[in-house]
Amino acid sequence: MINLTVNSQQVHVPKGTTILEAARKINVQIPTLCHMENREPIGACRVCLVEVAGAKTLAASCSTPVSEGMVVHTNSKKARMARRLVVELLLSEHDGNCQTCDRGTDCELRALAEEMGVKTLPYEGSKLKSHIDDSTPALIRDSAKCIKCRRCVTICNEIQGVGALHPQGRGFDTEIGPAFTRDLSEVACVQCGQCAAVCPVGAIIEKSSIPAIWAAIENPKLHVVVQTAPAIRAALGEEFGYEPGTRVTGKMVAALRRLGFNSVFDTNFSADLTIMEEGTELLTRLKSALVDKKEVALPMFTSCSPGWINFAEFYFPQYLPNISTCKSPQQMFGAVAKSFYARKIGVDPKNMVVVSVMPCTAKKFEAQRPEMNADGVADVDYVLTTRELGRMIKEAGLEFRSLPDEVMDAPLGLSSGAADIFANTGGVMEAALRTAYEIVTGRELPAENLHVAAITGLEGIKEASVKISDTVYDWRFLEGVELKVAVSHGLGNTRRLLEHIKTHGSPYHFIEVMACPGGCIGGGGQPRYTDDSVRLKRIAGIYAEDESKPLRKSHENPDIQKLYEEFLGVPLGDKSHHLLHTHYTPKQQTCPGAWQG
Amino acid sequence: MSHESTAEAPCACACACGEQPSEAELMARLEDLIEEYHSKKGGLIPVLQVAQTIFGYLPDAAINRIAEGFNKTVSEVASVVSFYSFFTRYPRGKYLVRVCLGTACYVRGGKEVLEAIKKRLEIDVGETTADRLFSLEVGRCFGACGMAPVVMVNDDTYQRVKPARIQELLAQFTADEVPVAEGESK
Repeated sequence: MINLTVNSQQVHVPKGTTILEAARKINVQIPTLCHMENREPIGACRVCLVEVAGAKTLAASCSTPVSEGMVVHTNSKKARMARRLVVELLLSEHDGNCQTCDRGTDCELRALAEEMGVKTLPYEGSKLKSHIDDSTPALIRDSAKCIKCRRCVTICNEIQGVGALHPQGRGFDTEIGPAFTRDLSEVACVQCGQCAAVCPVGAIIEKSSIPAIWAAIENPKLHVVVQTAPAIRAALGEEFGYEPGTRVTGKMVAALRRLGFNSVFDTNFSADLTIMEEGTELLTRLKSALVDKKEVALPMFTSCSPGWINFAEFYFPQYLPNISTCKSPQQMFGAVAKSFYARKIGVDPKNMVVVSVMPCTAKKFEAQRPEMNADGVADVDYVLTTRELGRMIKEAGLEFRSLPDEVMDAPLGLSSGAADIFANTGGVMEAALRTAYEIVTGRELPAENLHVAAITGLEGIKEASVKISDTVYDWRFLEGVELKVAVSHGLGNTRRLLEHIKTHGSPYHFIEVMACPGGCIGGGGQPRYTDDSVRLKRIAGIYAEDESKPLRKSHENPDIQKLYEEFLGVPLGDKSHHLLHTHYTPKQQTCPGAWQG
Repeated sequence: MSHESTAEAPCACACACGEQPSEAELMARLEDLIEEYHSKKGGLIPVLQVAQTIFGYLPDAAINRIAEGFNKTVSEVASVVSFYSFFTRYPRGKYLVRVCLGTACYVRGGKEVLEAIKKRLEIDVGETTADRLFSLEVGRCFGACGMAPVVMVNDDTYQRVKPARIQELLAQFTADEVPVAEGESK
């Protein structure tokens, strides 16, 4: 243990602790920009400078380890002035159009300038050159707003294992981006948007669909349907000052209605539908392998996460046959809304607009994939991130906190708790096991409160196994089988899992992959800033939502049963195949920018 | 694969001397280089340097292959290539056009001359035309201030250049050129 003094207070910390960590331990706040939890410090931004007695220069507290007897002043005049100078210099080259910037209200640089008492801009220098990259449906990057803190570089390379972003060039002309400042669409970017989620300023944001959605709502000829992903309800509240993880499902529904959407539905509904289709697909694949002894692609992977699908198409095309052919719940919802529901209410599908609210930026990409339509009508027309929905609610002048709690419309609004947990890493798997186990054995999944503990939580790669015994007649071939499953979240973990499977083979039957750390609750479109403590709170909120439901298993959802009776027939039937399933294509990046193949 | 035939290649530069080894031979030499350096710490920069000598510049194909060989992302290797001004991703042209922007040339219209050349060649400073005929650079005084503004093309000096004369000045170099075959122009 090391003893040091921070601002005249004694601190006792383990060896290897940084000054920043030691200061935080005694609630002394030091500003940071480039710092990210659980990552090696890079010391790029210099806003965490502190004075260390006896040292010639100021120290970057994020990357300076403590030493015995060290005396640190975080708020001496010298330290404060130096940090202010750093911020002033950042501002001198920064595109300072805060009024019109996407991050006008939650910009970390602006907040720092205010904290540090920057009242004038003393340095008038050249402004950064603006290179606007709006080449993807998901993201917009503007180099003039970038402060080169490199959080996006860290998350893209170290957490997501994609490596599309790196500093290019040098000095003032440095631009953070793909190789040789190419656009994202030219390289193997999976559009997960984690870069946008960690960016402290407005340099990386989602491409907004708000104007198009207002136009659709205001067009009386159109019937505008909205669906909200499970992860929204435990995060949207953060946009209105609620604690992360606060469940605001009822207020969200009320807000959507007041925004003018004609039908307010739930992606949860199609999450339940996904379990019916995907669960049946898994059991069918197992039957082909075990009974018919056919060559069949196993393990099967989940297909809900469009960032993961992009990742597989770019980097692991050999596993495309293993990915469930099920469209994601977002797309299934659109397909059902524009067929089953449109017919029910007598609306021409061409006059129906489906809007989704997603925690995700890759969903914007997914919605416009050419294969995501039935009979020439796109399943989903527009995608809003959680943040964008927050903005629309504010734009409409709705006082979110005083809205009543309302419930979703029928018939695409009812869902089980199994659908809620699609938001969490491990949730899709747990939901699938709840249903598949019961189909095969006729009994409820033997797990405490129906939670498969081994695959919950934030560990990067998790596994579990379920012993199947006393099967019902139709599934007797599974008697005695130990069903092995794995769960990964964050594409870096996924890459590790796939590389391992590539060399050592797979003991698993079924693998859930979510592109973002923590699953959809940590998606690239969620309220900023998301760290592990926020992830855990949202996860807890989602499990609480699940446990609060009278229905906990997808196959028990009466409206899903009705959908099959009235419209779809059976899971994996002809109609399902046409509306609810898709295919994947290996993708070539035009210019290698990230990892190659 | 045998590389002996290319090891003593007479000319590895990007000039048009007609003795250039084929693209495949150059790539084969790059393979040997990567093999030698890929596991060495700090091996990336030396490989980029040698690769640039082999090709005369760093073609994207070489950069991509080096990234693969070093198990790095292309964006990371690009980050290194774009950081050091020594590295160039474009082959130099047959004619290196240098426009003087020293004080005397600058005040007598060197900048306008530069703009006219940029417009005529459709390239920026530091770039090379697609047909690899011209590269454009800026000089800081060639010691011919009395004749300002001055432009040099390889070793020849052109004095009192006017923007209006650029077309004519550059025409003499393009007159007897055979068009470069399709596919070689990048």
